[in-house]
Amino acid sequence: MIPGPFSYHRPASLADAVKLLADLGDDARPLAGGHSLVPMMKLRLATPAHLVDLHGVDDLKGIRRDGNTIVIGAMTTQHELLASGEIRQSLPILQETAALIADPQVRYCGTIGGNVANGDPGNDMPALMMVLGANFRLSGLGGERDVPASEFYQGAYFTALEPGEILTSISIPVPPAGHGYAYEKLKRKVGDYATAAAAVVLSMAAGKVATCAIGLTNLHETPLLATDAANAVIGTSLEAATLKQAAAAAEAIMAPAADARGPVEYRKHVGGIMVMRALQRAAGRAA
Amino acid sequence: MNDMTPTREQRTAALEGMGCKRKRVEDIRFTQGKGNYVDDVKLPGMLHGDFVRSPHAHARVKSIKTEEALKVPGVLAVITAETLKTVNLAWMPTLAGDVQMVLADGKVLFQNQEVAFVIATDRYAADDGLNKVEVEYEQLAPLVDPFKAMDQDAPVLREDLAGKTTGAHGPRKHHNHIFEWTVGDKDLTDTAFRKAEVTIKEMISYHRTHPSPLETCQCVCSFDKVKGELTIWGTFQAPHVIRTVVSLIAKLPEQKIHVIAPDIGGGFGNKVGAYPGYICAAVASIVTGKPVKWVEDRIENLTATSFARDYHMTTEIAATREGKVTGLRVHVLADHGAFDACADPSKWPAGFFNIVTGSYDFPTAHLTVDGVYTNKAPGGVAYRCSFRVTEAAYCIERAMDILAQKLGMDPAELRLKNFIKPEQFPYHSALGWEYDSGDYHTAMRKMMEVTDYAALRKEQASRRAAFKRGETREIMGLGVSFFTEIVGAGPSKNCDILGIAMFDSCEIRMHPTGAGIARMGTKSQGQGHETTWAQIIATEIGIPADNIMVEEGNTDTAPYGLGTYGSRSTPVAGAAIAMAARKIKAKAQMIAAYKLEVHEDDLEWDIDGFRVKGLPEKFMSMKDICWAAYNSVPPGMEPGLEAVSYYDPPNMTYPFGAYLCVMDIDVDTGVYKVRRFYALDDCGTRINPMIIEGQVHGGLTEAFAIAMGQEIRYDDTGNVVTGSFMDFFMPTMVETPHWETDFTVTPSPHHPIGAKGVGESPNVGGVPAFSNAVNDAFSFLGSTHIQMPHDFWRNWQAAKTLGAVA
Repeated sequence: MIPGPFSYHRPASLADAVKLLADLGDDARPLAGGHSLVPMMKLRLATPAHLVDLHGVDDLKGIRRDGNTIVIGAMTTQHELLASGEIRQSLPILQETAALIADPQVRYCGTIGGNVANGDPGNDMPALMMVLGANFRLSGLGGERDVPASEFYQGAYFTALEPGEILTSISIPVPPAGHGYAYEKLKRKVGDYATAAAAVVLSMAAGKVATCAIGLTNLHETPLLATDAANAVIGTSLEAATLKQAAAAAEAIMAPAADARGPVEYRKHVGGIMVMRALQRAAGRAA
Repeated sequence: MNDMTPTREQRTAALEGMGCKRKRVEDIRFTQGKGNYVDDVKLPGMLHGDFVRSPHAHARVKSIKTEEALKVPGVLAVITAETLKTVNLAWMPTLAGDVQMVLADGKVLFQNQEVAFVIATDRYAADDGLNKVEVEYEQLAPLVDPFKAMDQDAPVLREDLAGKTTGAHGPRKHHNHIFEWTVGDKDLTDTAFRKAEVTIKEMISYHRTHPSPLETCQCVCSFDKVKGELTIWGTFQAPHVIRTVVSLIAKLPEQKIHVIAPDIGGGFGNKVGAYPGYICAAVASIVTGKPVKWVEDRIENLTATSFARDYHMTTEIAATREGKVTGLRVHVLADHGAFDACADPSKWPAGFFNIVTGSYDFPTAHLTVDGVYTNKAPGGVAYRCSFRVTEAAYCIERAMDILAQKLGMDPAELRLKNFIKPEQFPYHSALGWEYDSGDYHTAMRKMMEVTDYAALRKEQASRRAAFKRGETREIMGLGVSFFTEIVGAGPSKNCDILGIAMFDSCEIRMHPTGAGIARMGTKSQGQGHETTWAQIIATEIGIPADNIMVEEGNTDTAPYGLGTYGSRSTPVAGAAIAMAARKIKAKAQMIAAYKLEVHEDDLEWDIDGFRVKGLPEKFMSMKDICWAAYNSVPPGMEPGLEAVSYYDPPNMTYPFGAYLCVMDIDVDTGVYKVRRFYALDDCGTRINPMIIEGQVHGGLTEAFAIAMGQEIRYDDTGNVVTGSFMDFFMPTMVETPHWETDFTVTPSPHHPIGAKGVGESPNVGGVPAFSNAVNDAFSFLGSTHIQMPHDFWRNWQAAKTLGAVA
């Protein structure tokens, strides 16, 4: 558990960081909170020759509201999300989810940008970003571009990020007042990745589900938007049979790996249960 | 007397002796980051070593190329088995009478086995170097399943044993067989089973797990070429044994070996044995003439140094229809991995597993244990338990529940019916032990009363009915466990390690001002010896515990002892401390008699000094006696006040306890919740109730981890799949249940202060309580036994198998 040799860089501006990454090419990796990359380096599963630490770039920090959009700098830590009054008011599901990530020590360092950009199917934020309709702003030598979260994830650790590009901020449209939300995560212990998790954001009208989005974590090589499951509940009052239908629709798109958390059959089964529980809890919260 | 004269209660309290909830003195440095652990040892010019390890479980080593590694800046040397052969150290003896490769000699026999040792100027360079060592392997068929170890066509693992039909413990019946151990009366037991009205039979597995202490195994070896002396700082639970072993295998004079075990961050059995890292660091230091540090990382600790358990116990009980047990038959298949490196007393290949009759009056029993080799890491250490006692307690406590289920009896009632009765002590068990004392009925009834066991059973019945009506998806289990431990190894008549009797020792030196230092052959790894040992002395000789410094772990200054494991410290060293203190007190009495000008027999002990009988004002405090010992002893007496005691216990001690676990399980996810856990422990005389409570909390937490998910699991190719804390279940405070502790006190009749030891009881008794709770929860759905560990997915799988989940 000792990393190999590497050079350390700490650029002071986004432009410098982008240039460094472009100049150093494939041998360089940007470093955010470090809680995925550094363990991989200690196991020598990742051996970047250069680390470009983004902590010196002030522009990457902060949470602000821009009309009906919340913009979160990529280097904002999970702890900062949890401490933010703006997030509490506008995007409470972000706090519910952040509180289920690892433990307080990790959350002081781990960043939302690192969490969403790494492409690790076990990370909790990506599915949530898809449910919320978030956009990721990517900066590279060629300039800036926005990619919707729903188009960002291509495979385990494969994303829309081009070599040399940095994810700089996340824009999330504020869900309507009175929306219901829930993130249900089954894990073996504090600090573990999800055995299965489901994110739900919905709105209710006259006792029936008016809008609904369902996201799934760690049940496929990428986070998933369970569209069929969401459609199955729209217009219903979430009766027992409807919930089962939604769970079945969600399970149909799951393809988790068997691991020490359990065999495939179990992980899909509890994935369905997380969907049902998240739907019920979200509906209970909706005005 | 005036108002300032302290009362007897105040004088007793001022000592902070036995029974006092004295705060742990060692915590002052630990909580301020001022502990001194092996990795804190930094010597000038110190080098660092690290291992190249095998990726394969079973392979022939065709070649090892070190040229590229030696080109890495900072790398000084690479040691292989060939290097070690030049000093005859390619193999080392194990504590169990087997031999073990220090570095791969022609073959590797388990994943992460040590293949080469890279020595460099710093840890980074060592790791850079080991990645450049090129090893060519030819993979061989791995043997992972112990049940296939003795198949006719099973691969030959230990080529070094070819033709050896006898091992350290008798005949070997197969090339992968290590020993067969038999205890008890076979004929009588067979007869009991023939006549039995009711019998049960179940294969009860106790899976492979690992002690996983917070601090991994490590050492710093420093050889002084001029003096020819070797100093070793190491994470050793038994430093003197290490010194003797090093002397014997390295052929160094024992007086020139200095072993120092500084502060240790947990051991739990992991730090009893000798590991290749120690040998390689010592050889590296001898070769380079510089200090060499070796520090294991977490993955190495979990996958290469001593696992625990891996016992597969086919268990049968014979009984009457009324539930009186009449016979016990157990066959154990013991998976020892690639080398038999169990850390048991030498004559006990399966430890004290013959305590398997538990707390029950079995008229007859018969036990056989077969040890086999597999392509897994060696070990088989006593993970927070006396040697194989945890396995035995799990076996009998699970089996008693299975019998209760078959008889339709309540498991607590079945136990009460079969307990050894108080008047039967000392009790001779069918498998050869003499239980010193116990009052099982009182402990069990107290547990049932405090927890309102009857009401819990009623609640369970109504919840089961509700489950069957489809009103709830939760099932409720009550896990009863009543354990008897056997600790305090041990009497020289039956316990030794490599020929050294398992006594322990204490040396006390009192200083003129009424303070003192006490040294023991034990070694705390977190047990709080610096606190509790001083409390025994305080009560025995009337000097405040704060005035006694306790020192352990330096073989140059401490008297020879066998170390700390198997809950032996209080039963053995604790007795030595009391006996040494009594020698001090006896001499003190002579000095006091001389100073008070009376005959010794006219003196009586009074809390913190001697008083002349009938003359209360004629009193000499122990503090004053200490001063007198250095200036005015009776004519003919040697000055000074010191004593040494080497204590050979006449018997083991037998702590016991009654535990209850109340658990709810969601059948849809398998997620469990421990609603309540009650632990009543009887460890005899209680030295420090706060430390006992802490020990029980820690042991229960480990038991919880083991029963509910902690395992070292291998896939079919011998690849460890739980090799880090990501997958090896180490509960945090969030997962850990709340513990309710209680006690009864049945002092040991043969121990000087009546103490029995407690550190390991909660692990021994806790595992069956958790497992019985899970099994009890599922029993009404038709199951008799579900194997551990009971993690979420396995609970769900059980529910599914039993038809409770679609």
